[in-house]
Amino acid sequence: MMKSEDFEMISSLLKKRSGLILPKDKVYLLESRLTPIAHKRGLETLDELLEEVRRYSKEDLLTEITEAMTTNESYFFRDNKPFDLFKDIVLPQLLESRAGRKRLRIWCAAASTGQEPYSLAIILKEMEAKLAGWDIEILGTDISQQVLDKAKMGLFSQFEVQRGLPIQLLIKYFNQVGELWQISDEIRNMVSYRKFNLLDSFSLLGSFDVIFCRNVLIYFDQTTKTEVLEKMRKLIPDDGWLFLGAAETVLGITDKFKPVQGQRGLYSTSDASTEVISKLKAG
Amino acid sequence: MKSCLVVDDSKIIRKVARRILEELNFDIHEAADGQDALDTCKGAMPDVVLLDWNMPVMNGLDFLKALRKTEGGTEPIVVFCTTENDMSHISAAISAGADEYIMKPFDREIIESKFVQVGLL
Ligand SMILES: C[S@@+](CC[C@H](N)C(=O)[O-])C[C@H]1O[C@@H](n2cnc3c(N)ncnc32)[C@H](O)[C@@H]1O
Repeated sequence: MMKSEDFEMISSLLKKRSGLILPKDKVYLLESRLTPIAHKRGLETLDELLEEVRRYSKEDLLTEITEAMTTNESYFFRDNKPFDLFKDIVLPQLLESRAGRKRLRIWCAAASTGQEPYSLAIILKEMEAKLAGWDIEILGTDISQQVLDKAKMGLFSQFEVQRGLPIQLLIKYFNQVGELWQISDEIRNMVSYRKFNLLDSFSLLGSFDVIFCRNVLIYFDQTTKTEVLEKMRKLIPDDGWLFLGAAETVLGITDKFKPVQGQRGLYSTSDASTEVISKLKAG
Repeated sequence: MKSCLVVDDSKIIRKVARRILEELNFDIHEAADGQDALDTCKGAMPDVVLLDWNMPVMNGLDFLKALRKTEGGTEPIVVFCTTENDMSHISAAISAGADEYIMKPFDREIIESKFVQVGLL
C-alpha cells in the first residue's frame, strides 16, 4: 500500500506538470505504471523510486513519470460522428469562407499515437479533387514524446488497424511491414507532429480553423478545462470550430464555445454557426 | 433481431463468436464449412455471415463466390474472420464481394467495431 503522503506528492506533481487529476481509487495505476520505471532504473520498489523523486527531483525522471501516467488510447475515426461532421459540415463551410486564401490549419491538440490526425488526413485525401490548390496543414501535438514518436512512424498493430478503420481504407492507405501496418507516405506527410503541453502558453502556435481536443479534458479539473478552452478560443477565428470527445462538454465550463445543436461533439464560437448548418442542410 | 451465420470449422471459435454476437443481439446459426454454409443460406439468407477462410470441403472464398451467384446471395453482409492476415488475401476477399475483414485473433471490440462499420449496429 502506498503511503498517503506519497500519493499526495505524486498526484500534485502530475497535476502541476500535465493537469492530470488522479483520483485516490486509481492508486493501482501508479503502481502498475511506475514500477517498471523503477526497475528500468535498477531500483527494486516503487518506494525507492518515490524516494528518488523526493530527493533529487530530476527533470528527466519527472518527465518520464508524467508521460507514463498519460492514457494514450485512441482509434481511427473514433466515434465516427465527429469525422462525418468534419467532412459534411465543417469542411464545406470552411472551403466556402476561405476560398480566397485557400489555406486551412487544423490542430489535433492531444494527438496521441496519430489515429485522429491520420483519420483527418485520409478524409482530406479522399476528397483531393475538391481541394486542388489548397494548402491544408494538420498539426498533431501531445505532451508525451513517446506517443509522438510512434505517431510519426505511422506504424500500427493488427489490433489498432481493426479499431475504426474500414478495410477499404486499410487496403488503400497502409502497407504491411512484418506484423505491423504502416500508413502510406502520402498520408503521413500530410501531418506534422510537435511536443506540446496544453498547460503552456498558446502564443506561438498561430491560429487554427478547426481544433480537435478530444478525450484529454476529461483528465483535468474544472479550472484547467476552462483555462485550456479559453486559450483555444483565442486561436480560433469567429467562424472556426472545436471538437471535443464524447464524454466532454463546454457546458458549465466556458461560454466562449457553444454546442452546435443536434451535432454531438461539435462546438462553435457563436450561435451564428447554427445558421450555417441549417443553411447547409437546406442547400 | 438480425440473424448471423457463423462459419468456422473450429467449434471453439464458433462458440466464442456466438457468445459475443448473442450479446450484441444477433440470432446465431452455425456452419462448419463453406458447403454447409451455402446449404444453410439457400434455405434462408442470414443478414450477415461471419466467415472463416481455411475450412475443409469448401473454403471461405469459394463459399463467398458461390453465395454471391446464388439468388438473393448479394443481400447478406459478409465479414471475413480469418488468420490469413496479408494484403493479398484481404484484397482477394474484398474483390470477391466481402464487406469487411477481421484478422484473427479477434475480440468483442473488434467484432463490434467492424459490425458498426458495415452498419449492422
Ligand atoms: C486518450 S488520448 C486521446 C487521443 C485522441 N485525441 C482520441 O480522442 O482518440 C489523450 C492524450 O492526451 C495527452 N495529454 C494528457 N495531458 C496532456 C497535456 N497537458 N498536454 C498535451 N497532451 C496531453 C496524453 O499524452 C494522451 O496521448
